[in-house]
Amino acid sequence: MSARSNILGRLRASLADTRPRPDDFDETLVTGPWQYPPQERIKRLRSLMEAVQTELHLVTSESWPAKVEALLEARGLANLLYAPGTDHGRQLAAHWQAGGAKPELLAYNRPVEAWKEDLFWKVEASLTGTVGGIAATGSLVLWPDRHEPRLMSLLPPLHIALLKASEVEDNLYTIMQRQGWSAAMPTNLLLVSGPSKTADIEQVLAYGAHGPKELVVLILEDA
Amino acid sequence: MSQRIHVRELADSFRGRASEALADDQLRTNFRVAMDSLMKKRADAFPDEGEREGLREQGNHIKARALSRLPDLLEQLEEKLTDNGIKVHWAETTEEANRIVHAIIEARQGSQVVKGKSMVSEEMEMNHYLAGRGIECLESDMGEYIVQLDGEKPSHIIMPAIHKNRRQVSKLFHDKLGVEETDDVNELIQVGRRTLRTKFMEADVGVSGVNFAIAETGTLLLVENEGNGRMSTTAPPVHIAVTGIEKVVENLRDVVPLLSLLTRSALGQPITTYVNMISGPRKADELDGPEEVHLVLLDNGRTGAFADAQMRQTLNCIRCGACMNHCPVYTRVGGHTYGEVYPGPIGKIVTPHMVGLEKVPDHPSASSLCGACGEVCPVKIPIPELLQRLRQENVKSPAEQPKVKGGGARYSRRERAIWRFWATLNTSPMFYRLFLWGATRFGRLAPKKAGPWTDNHAAPVPARKSLHDLARTHLEKGESQP
Repeated sequence: MSARSNILGRLRASLADTRPRPDDFDETLVTGPWQYPPQERIKRLRSLMEAVQTELHLVTSESWPAKVEALLEARGLANLLYAPGTDHGRQLAAHWQAGGAKPELLAYNRPVEAWKEDLFWKVEASLTGTVGGIAATGSLVLWPDRHEPRLMSLLPPLHIALLKASEVEDNLYTIMQRQGWSAAMPTNLLLVSGPSKTADIEQVLAYGAHGPKELVVLILEDA
Repeated sequence: MSQRIHVRELADSFRGRASEALADDQLRTNFRVAMDSLMKKRADAFPDEGEREGLREQGNHIKARALSRLPDLLEQLEEKLTDNGIKVHWAETTEEANRIVHAIIEARQGSQVVKGKSMVSEEMEMNHYLAGRGIECLESDMGEYIVQLDGEKPSHIIMPAIHKNRRQVSKLFHDKLGVEETDDVNELIQVGRRTLRTKFMEADVGVSGVNFAIAETGTLLLVENEGNGRMSTTAPPVHIAVTGIEKVVENLRDVVPLLSLLTRSALGQPITTYVNMISGPRKADELDGPEEVHLVLLDNGRTGAFADAQMRQTLNCIRCGACMNHCPVYTRVGGHTYGEVYPGPIGKIVTPHMVGLEKVPDHPSASSLCGACGEVCPVKIPIPELLQRLRQENVKSPAEQPKVKGGGARYSRRERAIWRFWATLNTSPMFYRLFLWGATRFGRLAPKKAGPWTDNHAAPVPARKSLHDLARTHLEKGESQP
C-alpha cells in the first residue's frame, strides 16, 4: 500500500457516516468593514504603506519616467532593471534615449541563469508594473510573467512600482473577484506591502532583510 | 506518589527545564517583554470586537468545512497541482518525507539547500537528516538562521530567536562569522542579509513550508516579511514545499479571512510584507522561477488526531502563535522547556499525536486552564477543553483503552485507589461523619511533610470544629432566639 492510499484510507474511515459541513462563507465579513469612497482609497493605501516605510508619489502618465530618473539620481544609483517587453518598459526606454539619462538601463531579457551573479549583486534598482492595489491593507498586486519576471521585485535594493490609481480596490476579496483570479492563477501572484523587513531580533523592526530595502510607489493619476 | 520524584533528578524533563528557565532572569525578561508587546499588537489590530468575533467564527467554519471533506480536497489539490506542473508526494512518517526530499535533491545532484521558514521541516529534523547525507541545509529566516548558527531549536513558532537579545546575537555573529560586535540591530540584520544572499544565489534547492494549500486552484500560499521565503521559492532551480495534510482549504476566497486572522493574530499586522502565491514552476517562456516544484504532504500522526472528532479540532490550527503569546506558562518558562517542535498551548495539543502522549506526559498539566489560549485562537480551537481531555487520556487504565496515541502513561493503580476511596468517603454520609469525627480530633497528628506541596506551603491542619459542627451550633443558637 502506498502512503497516499493509507493516508486517504484512514481519513475516509474516520469520516464514515458523516456529511460535509455546509459552505456558509459570508463575504460581508471580509468586505463590509473594508469599503471606502473612491477618493479615500488612495489616502488609506498611502497612509498604511507609509507606516511601513514606503515612499509614494503621485505622477502622471507622461511625467513618471522623469520621476524614476530623479529617484535614481537622488540616490546616486548606477543602474535600473526594467522589463523591455511591457508598455511601461518601452515608455521608460524611450525617455532614457530621448533625454540621455545617466543610470544604465538593464533589460531583463534573458534567463536568470545567464546573469545570476549580476542580478544578485550588481543591479541597484528595478521598475515593475502592478495589476492593482488594495486600500484595506496597503498592498500592491504583482502579476509577474514572461515579460516581467518574478525576481525583478525581489533582488534589487530599490524597487519602484507603478500603480494606476484607477486599479486600487477596496479589499483583497473585491480585487480577487473583480479580476477573476481563481479562474486563471499565474505561476506566481504576489501581494507586496512594503520593503522587506524583520523583527526577529528583540522585535526591533529592521528594513531590508532579504528583499528590497526600499519600496517606492508611483501612483499614476489616470482617473 | 510515584510521579513525585524530586525536581533535581529530572534535569531532562519538562519540570527540570522549567525550573532552570524560571531561574534564568535574562530569559524571563526576553520572553516577558516580547509577549507583552505581541499581545498589545494583536489587541490593537482588532479594535472592533464584533468584527473580530465574526471573523474568528468564519475562520473556524472554513477550517471545519475543509476538514469535513479533507480526503476529497487533498485529491482535488493533487489533481490541480499536477495539472499546474507541481509534483505531489505523500509521506506517512517524517522518515519517509525526508527520504522523498533527499531523493529529489539527489536527482539534481544538489549539495546546497536554503530553507524558508517551515515548522514541518522542523518536525522532520530535515537539516539533520540532510547533513548526515552530505547536504548543507541552511535556514534563511533571520530568526531561524540565528538559532541554527547557535545549534539551537526555535523557541517560538513565529519568532524563533525571541529568547535571545541583541547582545547575545552580536556575540554569536562575532564568534561564528568573525564580524565586529555591535549593538545595532540594523547592522546585525545586514550581516545576515549579506551572508545569506550568497547562499540564495548558490543553492541547488529551496525548501519552504506552506501556509494554505488551495484545492480549487492548485496554489501554495506563503506569508512572510523578510523575502527569504520568496528567495527560497524563486531563486534556486528546484523548490520543495513541505506541509501537513491539514493545510488544505477549499477555495481561493477562503484564504481572505484566514489570511487576515493569521497576520493580525500573529504579529498585529494588517498583512505581511509578502503574500506569495505559487501555482506552478517556470513556464517554457518565462525567464526565472524554479524549473521544478514539489509538494510533500506529511501525515506524521495527523490522521490519528483526525480519527477522534474532538481532537480533530487541533487540525484547525493555522500556526499563528497567538496562544503562546498569551499563555502565562509559556511566557514564564519559554519555548525550549517544552522540549518539542511545537511549544506552548498549541504544542501541548498537537504534539501527542506526533510523538505519543507518553513522551510528553507533563504537557497537559503544565497549564493553569486560565482559558486565554482558547479565547485568542483565530480558528476557535477549544484548547483548554482539549488539555482536559488529554489529562483524562493520560491516566486511563489499559482496560479503558486510551484513544490518544501513548495515552495511559500516567495511570497509577495507587492514585486510582486513592481517588476511589475519596469518592466513596464523600458520597457516603456514614463514612463521611466517621472521617470528620476522626479528622477534627486527631488531625493535628497529620504529617508535616506532604510531598512537593510542603516545599512551598505550610501543611494543611484540619480545624478542631468541622463546618458541620459550626453550622449545627449556629442553627441551634438561631432557634433558641425568640
